[in-house]
Amino acid sequence: MIPTSYYLILGAFIFTIGGVGVLVRRNALIIFMCVEMMLNAVNLSLIALALQFGSLTGQIVVFFVMAVAAAEVAVGLAIVMAYVRHRDTLDVDEINLLHG
Amino acid sequence: MMTLPLIFFLLLGAVCLAAAVGVVLSREPVHSALFLLTNFATLAIFYVTLEAQFLAAAQVIVYAGGIVILILFVIMLIGGATNDVAASQRTWSRYAGILLGVILLGSLGYSVLLRVQPISPEAVMAVEGGVPQVIGLTLFTAYILPFELVAILLLVALLGALVLGRQPEETGEAAPYVEQGDTLPNPAFPHSEPTRPDRSVEPVREKELQSS
Repeated sequence: MIPTSYYLILGAFIFTIGGVGVLVRRNALIIFMCVEMMLNAVNLSLIALALQFGSLTGQIVVFFVMAVAAAEVAVGLAIVMAYVRHRDTLDVDEINLLHG
Repeated sequence: MMTLPLIFFLLLGAVCLAAAVGVVLSREPVHSALFLLTNFATLAIFYVTLEAQFLAAAQVIVYAGGIVILILFVIMLIGGATNDVAASQRTWSRYAGILLGVILLGSLGYSVLLRVQPISPEAVMAVEGGVPQVIGLTLFTAYILPFELVAILLLVALLGALVLGRQPEETGEAAPYVEQGDTLPNPAFPHSEPTRPDRSVEPVREKELQSS
């Protein structure tokens, strides 16, 4: 059986790659995908630890994370569509309507 | 010593990591979406090896079948290629990068140094393969309240997406940033035309309102 630590290391690498993508990319859609990837990395760690501790709670939490991710994507992509309709740009550095 | 499961893990992990890197480095968002699909598929296989069969199916259905398709639809609708892969001018990027590095090092250190026990057969028995039956029993007994809350959350997200995705009204207040002088094509979207409210619909709507 593969040790749990291998899965944790893989999850940490995927999380970091996703975080780097959020930091260096400016395309809002690609930032979205990187956030999804980070969520999935955490899901992998949770499932690995659920098996490690013999408890189903980790798998249940992953189920809820999936539901929240679906809701987040639906609303987020609607926001992206609305913004592109107004301003015709996907560059997050130019999304400054709230002057933040 | 390289056992067969370890070789399988390493090969699949390499594919998974390569797909993750591909998501970040692709210039075209479509390529990123396809790399993301690969990443999700390999993770679903990992879930099967981790005794989480229901979640593996849910991963394929929700992520690969729902989220990636949704992202692909949006890319088809709005194009979406921006010609930058380079880092931007955000000042907090450095600190966030340092934080990420600390998280990565911490996770690696924790995983290696803590000497996690081998997975016991009792634990594997307790998880029961993560089949839908056992997941459903746990979900509808111990976690019934969060389950209902998630249902409400999904309903609210559905309504929110509907409201946000609607065509803006023509009152001028709803679409304050679409102005007459704003018709120059954006260099990032050479083939796109600025969206205009459809004027041809308006007289019909007024007639209907007057007749009713």
